[in-house]
Amino acid sequence: MALLDRTARGFFLTELLSGLGLTFSYMFRPRVTLNYPFEKGPISPRFRGEHALRRYPNGEERCIACKLCEAVCPALAITIEAEPRDDGSRRTTRYDIDMTKCIYCGLCQEACPVDAIVEGPNFEFATETREELFYNKEKLLANGDRWEAQLATNVATDAPYR
Amino acid sequence: MAELWTGYAWPTIIIVLQIVAIVIPLMVGIAYLTYAERKVLAAMQLRQGPNIVGPFGLLQPMADGLKLLGKETVIPAGANRVVFVFAPMLTFLLALIAWAVIPFGNGMVLANINVGVLYLFAISSLGVYGIIMAGWASNSKYAFLGGLRSAAQMVSYEVSIGFVIITVLLCVGSLNLSDVVNAQRTVWFAIPLFPMFVVFFISALAETNRAPFDLPEGESELVGGYNVEYSAMTFALFFLGEYANMILMSAMTSILFLGGWLAPIDIAPFNWIPGPIWFALKIALVLFMFLWVRATVPRYRYDQLMRLGWKIFLPFSLFWVILTAGVLVTFGWLPS
Repeated sequence: MALLDRTARGFFLTELLSGLGLTFSYMFRPRVTLNYPFEKGPISPRFRGEHALRRYPNGEERCIACKLCEAVCPALAITIEAEPRDDGSRRTTRYDIDMTKCIYCGLCQEACPVDAIVEGPNFEFATETREELFYNKEKLLANGDRWEAQLATNVATDAPYR
Repeated sequence: MAELWTGYAWPTIIIVLQIVAIVIPLMVGIAYLTYAERKVLAAMQLRQGPNIVGPFGLLQPMADGLKLLGKETVIPAGANRVVFVFAPMLTFLLALIAWAVIPFGNGMVLANINVGVLYLFAISSLGVYGIIMAGWASNSKYAFLGGLRSAAQMVSYEVSIGFVIITVLLCVGSLNLSDVVNAQRTVWFAIPLFPMFVVFFISALAETNRAPFDLPEGESELVGGYNVEYSAMTFALFFLGEYANMILMSAMTSILFLGGWLAPIDIAPFNWIPGPIWFALKIALVLFMFLWVRATVPRYRYDQLMRLGWKIFLPFSLFWVILTAGVLVTFGWLPS
């Protein structure tokens, strides 16, 4: 009987037909993919994207050149040089991140005592040359100015959990 | 001089124009078949499909074609150059010349020959040469294995296709494709010969190397099969040939089983629509089934493919040939 059953099912293509019916019904379901460059998925406040150096509301840069981020960076992507500024405060003269080395672990923003270096929500910073990915202080500060609103909200949202 | 014009030049011009009128819509059809394939597969896999180039991505086939035109044709050092370049041309040529006998409407046929079915069968059998030449001339293991698989597969399934065609011919009593269509005025052969219709459709999938019988291409194990070594326009010709063959097999299915250019019911609103449009709609329906099957079924293993061809389809179609012939003779329904 099992043989007969199997043969009949084979000859009448029942399994094939039910499969075809399933794929046909899928044709009319809503798409699960996003139309990417025009639609984007939600991003967590903890998302670790492109780096930025933030400023205080009065325009003073936050970074105090403690070099904790440089020390903690497992990929050795951060290079900092510092000396006292004319007004006596300690500031960086050079703050470079090699984005080709960075592994986006987020340890730098964890280490930072003043929330200066943060990883922002931006992940679309592909470039056509490697050189463009060697970020210097100007670039990082410009990023900070560009994304400040979002960065401030993200830091505030995540603060209770730290 | 006047005789030269009316006797030779003018008929030649007419025929060339007819050929252009067939080939250009066919080319557009092939281009948009690739688009339809990507869209249908995307829809069934809950994806978007091409939607950037032009409205709804409608210009995508043009962009792909231009890209292939702009690429460099690489001929491998160990390849047999003449055969290597000739193979895609042959594939494409064979896919096109078969259209000479396809009737698009009542009397709308380029060559209304009385052995039309035989001609089609012969041309589709020759198609295997393009592929096996490509596989051999590439001088590459993958291409060679793909060519061998394809040759064995096409030969196996041609046998059952032959028996299916014989069944239809028994009911028609003519090898002329227009007669085949006209014999279906009362009822399409897909209804009385439904099992043969299914066998023909599945064999057509195997004949055109489509999923689930696409193991001559076998991306996962043969990295593309017989066309691994091809690039640019030589590849494009294979691609066009494969899709032209798909359209051709759909046209054959429509003519043999779905009543060709005839309207589904011969009453007022349906028979106002001209025959070629019905024919195109039926081809599109069969092509949709090709794509639908591709979205549903995984690839066959090679021994399963051979088992299906030789141990199931061959005896089954042979049985139906005898059954059909027996019924026709017993009830005296043989066409005169």
